[in-house]
Amino acid sequence: MSYPSTLRYTKDHEWAKLDGNVVTVGITHHAQDALGDIVFVELPAVGRSLKKGETFGVVESIKAVSDLYSPLSGKVVESNEPLAGETSLLNSSPHDKAWIIKVEISSPAEFNELMTADQYTAFIESLK
Amino acid sequence: MLKRTALFENHRAAGGRLIDFGGWELPVQYTGVLDEHTTCRKAVGLFDVSHMGEFLVDGPDSEAFLNYCLTNDVSTLVDGQAQYTVLCQHDGGIVDDLLVYKRSAGSYLVVVNASNVDKDFDWMSKTHREKNFQCSFRNVSSEYTQIAIQGRFAEKTLQKLTRTDLSKMAYYHFAEGSVLGEAAFIARTGYTGEDGFEVYLAWDKGPALWDALLDAGKEFGIKPCGLGARDSLRLEVKFPLYGNELDSQTNPLEAGLGWVTKLGKSDFVGKTALETQKMQGIKKRLVGVKLLGAGIPRQGYKILHPESGEAIGVITSGTHAPSIGAPIALGYVPNGFEKVGTKLVVEIRNQKVPAEVTPTPFYKRDY
Repeated sequence: MSYPSTLRYTKDHEWAKLDGNVVTVGITHHAQDALGDIVFVELPAVGRSLKKGETFGVVESIKAVSDLYSPLSGKVVESNEPLAGETSLLNSSPHDKAWIIKVEISSPAEFNELMTADQYTAFIESLK
Repeated sequence: MLKRTALFENHRAAGGRLIDFGGWELPVQYTGVLDEHTTCRKAVGLFDVSHMGEFLVDGPDSEAFLNYCLTNDVSTLVDGQAQYTVLCQHDGGIVDDLLVYKRSAGSYLVVVNASNVDKDFDWMSKTHREKNFQCSFRNVSSEYTQIAIQGRFAEKTLQKLTRTDLSKMAYYHFAEGSVLGEAAFIARTGYTGEDGFEVYLAWDKGPALWDALLDAGKEFGIKPCGLGARDSLRLEVKFPLYGNELDSQTNPLEAGLGWVTKLGKSDFVGKTALETQKMQGIKKRLVGVKLLGAGIPRQGYKILHPESGEAIGVITSGTHAPSIGAPIALGYVPNGFEKVGTKLVVEIRNQKVPAEVTPTPFYKRDY
């Protein structure tokens, strides 16, 4: 599995994709692989304000519970509600169909602080 | 250094994801918990359970010794029969839950949980010493590989490798025969709620049998299953797990194990305390819990009173049940809250989610 260069990444294994002033957020392939079959996702309400690093939801596999951390500060403008009924997409399409939230960001600088695909790949290598 | 079973290289070669499970390096999954769980329910699954402990009891006082240590009545067993039972402290708290297999008069195999092997052996040895029972009591855990073959095609799979007529073997019975030409205990027991077998054989004969079983079960879709599926399978049929439903602070009556606690038999460790408990009324009850809102109850989550919001109990096991497609859980509630339909609240990450007591088991096989 490769990590798209169009995305940026966090040490908590979330990805972020910038489009104008809105960032789409999901979990990485590495995160879904470590969790195993994902069976539950808890999404934040639209309109909620998030600080960088704040917990905004939860994903659960059969064995494990994992918090979701916001890669950036901003306001939730969309939650991927259908994902709750099709959590297996988080395993099969983590970087694409299984996006989790869209956030209107307050500080574009924060985006540039996130890891590039190369940096993230090196980061997960360092965890092994 | 983690302990490894004889099948370690088989697990590694098959891509098993290895974890530390009570000091053992064992696969939590191979292809994925959902897939393995479903394979066991619909076809047949293969489990390495060599980490379980085995004790041998031999000699004239074997029956008296086991009957004094354990809650169930060993004297009712016939040769070749197995029994589920509980080992208690004097105060009735649970040391372990285990299986006793009667080989012949005065000869028994006792199978205990991996994480409790030393504790159980020490506790039973103390009783053995103090009461001077005339029988040998040996920990032979390191000498056996144990493989579980579980699922509707378990019999057809295993039958290819043994001359023992499995069709004549009843549930909770066993035979001493051979599998792949090697001496083995073959028992119709398991921890999944499916039909199936547990085979005990010499430690170093494990890898050959594992491979042969995968081959024999190929036509039925057999797959190796890890600890993840083992846990979700047992939970769907409400088989308790030591460390979750059972511990030293819980007695068998509270855990719903009154059916293996024979207070009518002669004295045994914990009997007086359990009789007192029963007379005074049991304080907590193990129940099935169904959420009426979103979420998955997990071990340690609080159960709250539906009106006062006061913490009244705790979830002991909970997961998404693959066979049901919904969350399921077990937990302890105070006496009086055990009736099916009783309203409860489960606290999930500071959210109060309505729930109710639900019938168990959550799953029952249809063959």
